[in-house]
Amino acid sequence: MVKKASPPSKIAATLPGAFLIGGLICLLGQTLIDGYAALGVEQKFCPVAASCTLVALAALLTGLNVFDNIAKYAGAGTLVPITGFANAVAAPALEFKTEGMVLGVGAKMFLIAGPVIVYGVAAGVLYGLIIWLFGLY
Amino acid sequence: MSAIFLSYLKAFVVGGLICLVGQLLIDFTKLTPARILVAFVVAGVFLSGLGLYQPLIDFAGAGATVPLTGFGATIARGVRDAVREYGFMGILLGPLTASAAGITAAMIAGLIVSLVFKSGDKS
Repeated sequence: MVKKASPPSKIAATLPGAFLIGGLICLLGQTLIDGYAALGVEQKFCPVAASCTLVALAALLTGLNVFDNIAKYAGAGTLVPITGFANAVAAPALEFKTEGMVLGVGAKMFLIAGPVIVYGVAAGVLYGLIIWLFGLY
Repeated sequence: MSAIFLSYLKAFVVGGLICLVGQLLIDFTKLTPARILVAFVVAGVFLSGLGLYQPLIDFAGAGATVPLTGFGATIARGVRDAVREYGFMGILLGPLTASAAGITAAMIAGLIVSLVFKSGDKS
């Protein structure tokens, strides 16, 4: 009975952290968007600038060894936002520094980001082919 | 003032819910974090292609653009704009043009971090 009951509660325990921290990161993103807009950045670039700021922040926290400690509680809350992508680049870059700047840092930073870019671009090309063929653009 | 508060609330709730979906996928499937990242970007491309994601961006702002589905939506929008402007060549030009800022920022930030910091002990 206890064994049966315990897995769901353990799973449920990960959900509030993911929601709260993921939500807070997006809230921070919104304040950055509004901040850049207030600084006079062109409206269409504000979300991009905000995301890039979060990328830089996540990379810095990865370097300071803080990111993993937050991710422990956040789970998908730090993984799913663009911060997860930044961490996926910075963490292996740092970890494989000992293998050199070229095949260590340069190559290993794409360990996870590489597939993300490959399949993201592939999906984009497929979508582009469809709208081009059927004149849907 | 309340309009600003509401936009923050919407960003928080929608962004949180998208992360919750990711957490449910981690907990209930065998998807690794790398696969989750790939899945969210690809899902963003297709949701945007179907016209379903832009309304969410209009509603939730950063709550929809900051998660990686938003990154996928950026790719899809870039392809659409490029095909409109350049025709067939736009299919090849669009995906990375739109996502260039995010990818470049991650690469440069990763590079700087690896130069400045030492690989720490996993605590």
